Amino acid sequence: MKADRGLPASAVKRAVLNRGFLVFCLAATSLAVVILAVLIISITVKGLPWIVDGAAVKATFYGTSADAGSWKQWIRWEFFTEYASRKAKSAGILAPLLGSIWAVAICAIVALPLGVGTAIYLEEFAPKNRVTRYIETNIRNLSGVPSIVYGILGLTAFARMFGVFGRDSNFVIGTPEDWYYIHFPFGQSVLTGGLTLMLVILPIIIISSQEAFRSVPKSMREASLAMGATKWQTVWNITQPAALPMILTGAILAISRAVGEAAPLLVLGVPLFITSKPENLMSDFTVLPFQIFNWAGRPQDDFRELAAAAIIVLLIVLLSFNAIAVLIRQRLHRPLT
Amino acid sequence: MKRGTSMTTPIPPTPGAPARVAPPPPQVTRHSASAEKPSVAPAITVRGLSSWYGAFQALHDITVDARQREVTAFIGPSGCGKSTLLRWMNRMNDTIPSARAEGGLHLHGQDLLARGIDVVELRRRVGMVFQKPNPFPKSIYDNVAYGPRLHRRMNRSDLDSLVEEALKAAALWNEVKDRLKASALGLSGGQQQRLCIARAIAVGPEVLLMDEPCSALDPRSTAAIEELISQLVEAYTIVIVTHNMQQAARVSDRTAFFFEGRLVECDDTERIFTRPTHKQTEDYITGRFG
Repeated sequence: MKADRGLPASAVKRAVLNRGFLVFCLAATSLAVVILAVLIISITVKGLPWIVDGAAVKATFYGTSADAGSWKQWIRWEFFTEYASRKAKSAGILAPLLGSIWAVAICAIVALPLGVGTAIYLEEFAPKNRVTRYIETNIRNLSGVPSIVYGILGLTAFARMFGVFGRDSNFVIGTPEDWYYIHFPFGQSVLTGGLTLMLVILPIIIISSQEAFRSVPKSMREASLAMGATKWQTVWNITQPAALPMILTGAILAISRAVGEAAPLLVLGVPLFITSKPENLMSDFTVLPFQIFNWAGRPQDDFRELAAAAIIVLLIVLLSFNAIAVLIRQRLHRPLT
Repeated sequence: MKRGTSMTTPIPPTPGAPARVAPPPPQVTRHSASAEKPSVAPAITVRGLSSWYGAFQALHDITVDARQREVTAFIGPSGCGKSTLLRWMNRMNDTIPSARAEGGLHLHGQDLLARGIDVVELRRRVGMVFQKPNPFPKSIYDNVAYGPRLHRRMNRSDLDSLVEEALKAAALWNEVKDRLKASALGLSGGQQQRLCIARAIAVGPEVLLMDEPCSALDPRSTAAIEELISQLVEAYTIVIVTHNMQQAARVSDRTAFFFEGRLVECDDTERIFTRPTHKQTEDYITGRFG
């Protein structure tokens, strides 16, 4: 009779493997978290003094009641209201901040209706044949194209308009005083930048909106059709409201991607340094990633810290977008059945 | 409307069949009213209808009627084509690209398979209730009001009374009258299915098609819906597809038995369940297959 000597060898080996794999996964996760933490901490340490006035904060907490000020004095507002300059102390991100806002706003206003409309057509109205499948495959391929390629496309299609208008032309809409002033060809303007960013995020919006429509159960559409609704009535009254939270989530994530895009604008020839606000659709502009690149390349420490401060602003914008998307997902993603 | 109870004599098993105790044939509780009614043209007539999904032929030369203000039940094993036939009656198969049909299918004489037919208007006249209750993620009121709002503009008070009528006809009013604005998804399964019936009634159809309306419900809700069907049939023509033979026996006036895309037998319910003409029908009813 064999004495029982503990677990058989294979069970021990399996336990060791199990443990080992767990340790490996934990190590990978820790590495990712540590890298992220190092990034955020080093950025914050370098850049925060340029956004937050340390002396004012200290005065509020440690100083006398006479020195204490409101929270509004904690922020170095010059950082947000001044243009870039040779002197670090008086440099600010006004131009790139407004430029980013204008460019992303134009991008969103054009991309969202186009993208969601395309998704509605492909999912609800287009016949399911080879042509439709071909279009869908191509859209998926487009979402993987490096964004710098869209820069070239934007240059040709929007900035130069295929040479149809020549280098310059007198074909204009409005005057430079109007915000909607458009001059054909668009040239290096905030309109071109916005439309080029739109090209980058359009496939992403189409795909995520398609997924949103696919997630609406077929039974809901059938219930609507069985009562004598047309396809359009069904889409507008039933399918689209049900898909809306997912569409919004996808749209917000796509727009947050547009905020951080730099490569396509590089090809367009957007300047790294500008000291004016966008006034109309034809204005020159720059964006936050460019300003960061500009400052980060300077030899002085001050400018590199300014770059860190600008990165903080960019990260706050991106993280806010993501937070809004998460909130939408939690609040509005009701079960549909 | 009389509800007679007829005791049925068990059909003796054919000699040589395995000695299995066959369950007694379902009790027919619905007295066939067709003998008493004056002869009216049937609401829906199917004459030689065949249908295909791509290359697969789902229906072979079906000829059957759905009589006015009667319940017609389609029974048969899975895959026999009864749901397919039901869905042709309100052209819901249009949502399946590979589906096509040939033959005669008429609603009060109007050809339903014609090219130019207004499918939207057809679906208003022929309503459908599905197997799994599918209320919209809206309020109870908005669910019932959805249909009427599609077809015409109505002022608030007219819409209110229409919703109330529909919910009363579906035997749901008393349970929800205090919470019409609550979400329809908060109702129980049986209540949701009655809501779907109210929703279908609200557009004022002539015919109600029901595709296994009770198969996702518990026995109590099933009984409630069957009770509802026997009330609704006074105003609507009803065609019901069911897997549950006892339900067909309880609720329908006429029963049609399908097998592998062909109509085997269609007759008064009482006769089908007590003296079926075909052996296949007899086998199915006594549970030898299916």
